[in-house]
Amino acid sequence: QPVAVEVLDHLEQLALVDFRDAEGVERLRKAIQFADQLHEVNTDGVEPMDSVLEDRCVYLREDDVTEGNCANELLKNAREKVEEYFVAPPGNIPLPKLEERETFLQGS
Amino acid sequence: AAWGCGGVWCRAWQRGAGGPSPFLRGQRAAASSARGGAVPVGKSGLAPWVPVVGLEIHAQISSNSKLFSGSQVQFAAPPNSLVSFFDASLPGTLPVLNRRCVEAAVMTGLALNCSINKKSLFDRKHYFYADLPAGYQITQQRVPIAVNGSLSYSLCIDNKMSQMVTKTVRIKQIQLEQDSGKSLHDDRRSQTLVDLNRAGVGLMEVVMEPDLCCGEEAAAAVRELQLILQTLGSSQAVMAEGQLRVDANVSVHHPGEPYGVRTEVKNINSIRFLAKAVDYEIQRQIEELENGGTILNETRAFDSKLGCTVPMRDKEGKQDYRFMPEPNLPPLILYDAKSLPANMNHQQVVNIDWIHERLPDLPSVKRAKLVEQYGILPEHSFALLNEDGLTEFFENVVKQTQMKPKKVIGWILNVLLSYLKQHSLTVKESPVSSFMMADLLNLLEKKEISSTAAKQVLAELWKGEGKSPLEIVKEKKLELIQDQKELERICQAVIDGQENE
Repeated sequence: QPVAVEVLDHLEQLALVDFRDAEGVERLRKAIQFADQLHEVNTDGVEPMDSVLEDRCVYLREDDVTEGNCANELLKNAREKVEEYFVAPPGNIPLPKLEERETFLQGS
Repeated sequence: AAWGCGGVWCRAWQRGAGGPSPFLRGQRAAASSARGGAVPVGKSGLAPWVPVVGLEIHAQISSNSKLFSGSQVQFAAPPNSLVSFFDASLPGTLPVLNRRCVEAAVMTGLALNCSINKKSLFDRKHYFYADLPAGYQITQQRVPIAVNGSLSYSLCIDNKMSQMVTKTVRIKQIQLEQDSGKSLHDDRRSQTLVDLNRAGVGLMEVVMEPDLCCGEEAAAAVRELQLILQTLGSSQAVMAEGQLRVDANVSVHHPGEPYGVRTEVKNINSIRFLAKAVDYEIQRQIEELENGGTILNETRAFDSKLGCTVPMRDKEGKQDYRFMPEPNLPPLILYDAKSLPANMNHQQVVNIDWIHERLPDLPSVKRAKLVEQYGILPEHSFALLNEDGLTEFFENVVKQTQMKPKKVIGWILNVLLSYLKQHSLTVKESPVSSFMMADLLNLLEKKEISSTAAKQVLAELWKGEGKSPLEIVKEKKLELIQDQKELERICQAVIDGQENE
């Protein structure tokens, strides 16, 4: 079952992935098919599980200041910085709509 | 019986030329009984509108360190100095929950009459923004820590303090979540500067049901919530420092019809602006719809300079948050006296009952006690609690003076408070101490000075020159003359003076 173009377009916009070519889209379809095997298990009356940690309870930390004060180290990762601030582009730049951008999906 | 809304629309309605028509009056009655909400009028003769306002409030938790990391929580520090590797979302870091934040949320839930969920879960809410380095926020979307509460607040009817009505707004839920960093937009250089000091600070999101109907109600409800949070100490709730942020969801519809499209209004920086923003947006929507337009489901920002709402950039289009369980955090389990296992490590236990027993008196209880103990009016108790430190000042004066509290309150609220407001001072900064005030009121009570003289003395005391009330009275010869003979002599002198003209 192929994945609808609207869904692929939605994924490209949201997750900022680029399916690039038919092979990329096919890889996605195969991944979904692989995951769909989960549906073969009968889960009637079984509570969904979030994680294998579900029977534990979260560890609580004391409210002490133990970290921070490492601006220099963190800013070493920054491609660009201005006086101890990280520099980012001016707000989110949304992907153009499907009709207006060059994506493999355009041809679909 | 008070109408549902003390706001502009009710008053405009009542002042309408010639009064409401029989048709509209009937409509109003139906709408009021159906929802208890206001029925404002747009253009005369057209069907009335019912505004619906729902608030989402984010309160920064008052704690030493952040929700999931050990970096410090502090306003105004050098950029990126309060940031840990986890806050910067460096790979390999994990969230570790801060106990104090959990306690703050439980306290707040209890104070707002919520059911506390003994098991709550954490989720990831995904969206891209420069101040959210992980690309997702850890929040509690599925099962939050507290649900189904209520907040009672009071409104003055008709702008007079003398008539107050109590209203309630339902609390849908309270959830723990991370704050994001701060973006500074540099439009000139077309870039955004990011400071992550705030990223990861603990927030309590208080989600209210859309039970409010105008700016005045919204402001009153938020003010009461602010007082409650400050009393609990779970948040300092200072809006100016971003510790309390309010977003308003606003829509309008005709009575009996389905709810209209709602807009979200952000960037509201004070309680006063909240009322303005809500009222503006209601009016804007009514005008738009009456002119045949439509309302877009969009996010708008309040422009405080212009007093209006404008569409917000970066918020176009519907967001898909792709909620998923936070895989790195097991469920948060809370206990009460009954469910507490015998051999638990105390440090790992948050006991709801223990917290409940230690809740301080909430504002509503404090007010009731003040009224009962001192015989003052309810609106006086509101005024006392509304100003930081004023209740304490009042009680200190009462302790040190023979004057009845009912008389003292007038001096505190009408004289002292207006002085403070005129000079933009807080009670803590008052040049007149409660001790001096009590001294002064004692002189008045013993009839050693007149009320007018007392006000003169207060004006002198206000200069803060360190003189006592008695010293000022003697200096300015403000003593009331008690001697009968002296009084006769003065009166005679005046009469003689008149005769000579």
